[in-house]
Amino acid sequence: MSEAITLRYTVPGDDFTRAGEASADVKRNLKRMGVDREAVRKAAIALYEGEINLAIHAGGGEITVTLTPDTIVMLLEDHGPGIPDISLAMSEGWSTAPDEVRSLGFGAGMGLPNMKKYSDRFDIQSTVGVGTTIRMEVDLA
Amino acid sequence: MKIREILDALGARLLTPDADLEVDVHAACGSDMMSDVLAYVKDQGVLLTGLNNPQVVRTADMMDMVCIVFVRGKVPGEGILELAAARDIAVLTTEKTMFSACGLLYEKGLRGGTSHV
Repeated sequence: MSEAITLRYTVPGDDFTRAGEASADVKRNLKRMGVDREAVRKAAIALYEGEINLAIHAGGGEITVTLTPDTIVMLLEDHGPGIPDISLAMSEGWSTAPDEVRSLGFGAGMGLPNMKKYSDRFDIQSTVGVGTTIRMEVDLA
Repeated sequence: MKIREILDALGARLLTPDADLEVDVHAACGSDMMSDVLAYVKDQGVLLTGLNNPQVVRTADMMDMVCIVFVRGKVPGEGILELAAARDIAVLTTEKTMFSACGLLYEKGLRGGTSHV
């Protein structure tokens, strides 16, 4: 594989039951392309957490996944409320999710920490009132 | 431990009739919080949960899990079962509580996984 392959998705912000469809599609595509299994698993988990966050917190957003010869690059962009304190948001167990989200099995304050944990490189930029952009990279073996 | 043994140990009912019950399960995780499940890593695991929504299947799929056990007699809807069947994930339901179900599987030798990536 010599050229980068790009997959793009729009995540709806009003249908939590559909959250995860993009991540599942990315996983399926990467597996079909014969990408290293462990890298696919790490990328899929990180992306799934991000997709859930887009649906829960941001009113939806855009996902762009680029597969290069040596890396899976995942970009998540939203125009949601932004994160006032990123270091606080990155700490395990801290969450602003409402009870209804917790009743669905999320909002335990593990989303961003899990995304960082499963990425080889993780970067988050956020401006209150403007939105949040997260870039995650997973290296291929 | 094979899925068939989990079925027997929990007195469970299989909800995905075409599932392969001879698949080996190497570890288990019991939780209603899917983010906690996603923080846990192990191939070919079984997820025990009382949560009943499509994200349970999506989470199991992301974690390459092969079996979901719904505790406390919960029975997921057809849409959830179809989602699981399409991913070759066996779905069981047991009347046992989470604590009892986890204890029974632990007694049979199944263990939790690692939190390392």
